[in-house]
Amino acid sequence: MSPALIVKRLRSELAGPFELTLAIGSCAAITGPSGSGKSLFLRMIADLDPNEGEVWLNDRERASMPAPAWRKLVMYVAAESGWWADMVIDNFPAGARSAVAPLADRLGLRADVLNASVQQLSTGEKQRLALVRALSLNPHVLLLDEPTGALDEESVRRVEALLQERMAYGTSILMVTHDQDQASLLGHQRYRMAAGHLERA
Amino acid sequence: MTPILLTPFDIAVAASLILLDAVLSILLKLRLHWQITIAAARMVLQLVAIGYVLRFIFSLNNPAATLILIFVMVLVAAREVAARPERRLTGHTNLVIGFVSVGFATFVTAILALTTAIRPQPWFDPHYAIPLAGIILGSVLNSASLSLDSFLGSVRRERQAIEARLSLGETYNEAIAPMVRDAIRRGLLPIINQMSAAGIVTLPGIMTGQILAGLDPLEAVKYQILLMFLLSGGSGLSALAVSYLAARRLTDPRQRLRLDRLR
Repeated sequence: MSPALIVKRLRSELAGPFELTLAIGSCAAITGPSGSGKSLFLRMIADLDPNEGEVWLNDRERASMPAPAWRKLVMYVAAESGWWADMVIDNFPAGARSAVAPLADRLGLRADVLNASVQQLSTGEKQRLALVRALSLNPHVLLLDEPTGALDEESVRRVEALLQERMAYGTSILMVTHDQDQASLLGHQRYRMAAGHLERA
Repeated sequence: MTPILLTPFDIAVAASLILLDAVLSILLKLRLHWQITIAAARMVLQLVAIGYVLRFIFSLNNPAATLILIFVMVLVAAREVAARPERRLTGHTNLVIGFVSVGFATFVTAILALTTAIRPQPWFDPHYAIPLAGIILGSVLNSASLSLDSFLGSVRRERQAIEARLSLGETYNEAIAPMVRDAIRRGLLPIINQMSAAGIVTLPGIMTGQILAGLDPLEAVKYQILLMFLLSGGSGLSALAVSYLAARRLTDPRQRLRLDRLR
């Protein structure tokens, strides 16, 4: 399998250096204690936190493109979702809204959720909608930070099924999870983060 | 009509009102009597001192001396802008941003007024330039500090929303725009209130002062209207400058949100 994402000597003052190769359509799952640098690693790849080193996507280096273009291709989904408009639908990029309703349905969200106000959403609904929002933009790589942390079992299974389907179509996933079963179900590669260093598990 | 000049006795009579406040504070256990006394003493000292400084600078009638005094006033205002917000940018950035935006807004508005509407001879005549700069500075300082406080506070609060937008591939300018907009609005509210209330709720200070000094009320009103326009222009410029500069400071060439530069 050809590599989609290659991380070389990626480091910051707080963590690293990291090396990682992720094949097209595969998933790397990272587990490890809180505060060990898992989220930071994902944020560094998305270039949301200051960092040094190289990251390549399909033979294009990150530094060769503007940061917003990079983040559209290698998309970070935070553990706690962010919302800026009152109405749910207004928090979705204008160009991708047609893809939203079917994806929301796949994740078991109620049909009227897009017309609700963000304040009415539960934590689990927000988390699934944030994932829908990322998937609607069809990134090449998803950086998922505890994507099912706030979900019930039924929703977890729906998310996992959708992610597996996306991988079959070539999306690569780097995910942080506390759920060992999820890590072994989805992760083709397993890693463990400890004190800012990544170890093969 | 010549202004009625005050004698030291007149002022001493008025000072008895401070004593009244102090007595009230003691009787009602407000624990404010020292603060009132010290504040009153500070006020008297500061005003008398600035009176002598102004008299000296007026006698010099030298553009460089005028400029230096205005420069010092801008610096003090910048310190206030920097100190007011609950959140601070790291290093001396608050001070630098405050100085640039307050100085820029004050100079642009003051020079516009001095070269078009008021036109003293010469245009930098300290009798006009210094009081005008002082009035504009007061308003500009208020706007800039409110805008900066609003911006730094909301960026901190809205971190998740801003980073969610960045993660989706939006530019920093798109993601930060709502906070910049709110900050500028916040900075403009006081002058809007001031203009709305002028003449009904309040008799603005300059107009009142000129009437007390013997000027015809309508002439005083014209001055006040001109000043209100200057103040709203100055407020707008400083709110814009301070918000824009603070927003620049919180990002980098990779369009990240750099909250590590905020304490």
